[in-house]
Amino acid sequence: MAQEILQEIVVGILVGGVYALMAVGLTLIFGVLDIINIAQGVLVILGAYLSYSLSTKAHIDLFVGLLITIPVMFIIGVVIHWAFIRRLRGTERTAMTLLVTYAVALIIEGILYKLYGANDVSLTASYTGTSVHVFGFYLPWIYVYGFILAVVLVVAVYALLYRTRFGRSVRATMQDETAARLVGIDVNRVAALTFGIGVAVTAAGGMVYGATSAFNPNSGYDLISRLLAIIILGGLGSIGGALAASVFMLVVESVVTIWSPDWAIAVFYAALVVVLLVKPTGFFGRKEVRAQ
Amino acid sequence: MSKVLKGVGLLALIAIVIAFPQVYTNPAVTNYGVFALIYVTAASGWNIFSGNTGYISLGQAVFYGSGAYAMGIAARDWNITGTTVFALLPLSMAVGALIAVPFGLAALRVRRHTFIVITIAFFFIFQLMAFNFSFTGGSSGLGSPFLNWPAATYNIPFYYIALAFAAGTVAIAWLVRRSRFGLQLRAIRDDEDRARGLGVRAMRVKLSAFVISGAITAGIGAVWFYYINQVEPQTGFDPLFDLTLVLMAFLGGYGSISGAVLGALIIEPLTLWLNTQPAFSGGSLSEILLGGIFLIVVLFLPRGIIPTGGELITRFRTRGRAAIAPATAMGSNPRTAPAPSSIGGGASGGAQ
Repeated sequence: MAQEILQEIVVGILVGGVYALMAVGLTLIFGVLDIINIAQGVLVILGAYLSYSLSTKAHIDLFVGLLITIPVMFIIGVVIHWAFIRRLRGTERTAMTLLVTYAVALIIEGILYKLYGANDVSLTASYTGTSVHVFGFYLPWIYVYGFILAVVLVVAVYALLYRTRFGRSVRATMQDETAARLVGIDVNRVAALTFGIGVAVTAAGGMVYGATSAFNPNSGYDLISRLLAIIILGGLGSIGGALAASVFMLVVESVVTIWSPDWAIAVFYAALVVVLLVKPTGFFGRKEVRAQ
Repeated sequence: MSKVLKGVGLLALIAIVIAFPQVYTNPAVTNYGVFALIYVTAASGWNIFSGNTGYISLGQAVFYGSGAYAMGIAARDWNITGTTVFALLPLSMAVGALIAVPFGLAALRVRRHTFIVITIAFFFIFQLMAFNFSFTGGSSGLGSPFLNWPAATYNIPFYYIALAFAAGTVAIAWLVRRSRFGLQLRAIRDDEDRARGLGVRAMRVKLSAFVISGAITAGIGAVWFYYINQVEPQTGFDPLFDLTLVLMAFLGGYGSISGAVLGALIIEPLTLWLNTQPAFSGGSLSEILLGGIFLIVVLFLPRGIIPTGGELITRFRTRGRAAIAPATAMGSNPRTAPAPSSIGGGASGGAQ
């Protein structure tokens, strides 16, 4: 039993790392643009389908294919921001951005249905079916590789934010957009690039997601609700919070699976509600700004 | 003058909706009417809470599905059949109201994005409960008792029940808007902290509106269930339902009573019709189209049809002269012309 729980905790941490990668993109977008990108879930699925096409049509290895899919998703993100997001202003912006990103999600989902059909597919490679045996645990290789990839990319995003001039302007915009504008930061450019980066990480997240579970164009909804729960729990706009919350939530879900796979996801959302009853700003959230 | 016109218009509208199923007796047509009225009710119910308070709820399907399940479970366990089942509607509404209390107490502690996400979380918890409990029938859902009405007129009683719900909801929305309670709600929407400072008991007021909206949505959910004869976890608790309500309200005009009605009357028949077209089979094209409408609304009609239309009419009527035109420095600017009054957002009235 103890061994079983330990196994599930390790699995939870590994999967949590991948969710952290997707959640970091979402929370980064929120921090800079003050919007929730509902399309993030379906963008992950789009990333998974891109990898699927590359691996089945062009026989490119999943991880090598990321060299193509990440830039493609970055461009898609910048285009979405340019075409729709940057135009939104005014008092009902919260609801408006929600609607716009949801509309984008619907359109992408419809296109994916047209192109790939409604059947479940999954990404396969030599390392998706085999496991490694360490310390008495059986861990599928893809979980291990996926976790390593997620860590590398999260560190890369972190370095970008805290070690570069661009990152400094991103953080300045997150703290106070008006002040950032006043000191000469091109806030629109920062917003566009941030949206692009936030979407680009979904390419990697989608690849690992698709290699660990079957997916169809509709899978984005399940994913976005989990990601939203994670970034709210971590505190909106907090990158460290997103990391901690991903691992926490996925470990909880994974451990509950031992007793009841059916209820695991309900416990996931119940954990969110309970934590917010105690601490409405999440683990690492800043105090909410007065008024709207 | 304009009051008389409005009264006449309203009477004409009432006459048309009452006569509709008598004139168009084809069940395929009355079916459109029933669904449109169901969504008029649901969108107006959403609007009573979200339109007035500014808290965007994406958890209305919790009430819709719970109302449907409450009726189904009660009818099954108490062996109620035939038209007596309609006597369970108040029960469904009570269940909706009861669920809204703990749901609201937990969710209304947080604002804006966080509130939206909490409502989504509640939604998923309820859907999972419907899937996993045994008394809900699991993934195959529940069937309703059988009604041995002839197919040709089957829809008509449902049409009038849905119409009664829709009219009642619009009346409640109107009463809320005119009341002190409605003023308090809109004060919260404009600036909750200031409203609280001025003595509005924010939590109590928000929760009341949430409960009203929950009861209405649960009631119409039960009507929907008996109409289509079954409910499954993914149809009763449908994420698209929530977003459709928001889209309807925004298309018509966020926060306005007639806006929610108009949005529902446009979108629901349109989506029903699209789903019957062979060119759109499989749903993917209609999805793309729905998304496209969404984008057009938000980008080009950001305030919705009713406010934008009202503005155009005002501009048309007053073209060439200043609107109310006492030639003061302020009046000389046509942009300060009175807002398209009664049906507009009403956001300015609240907190000052």
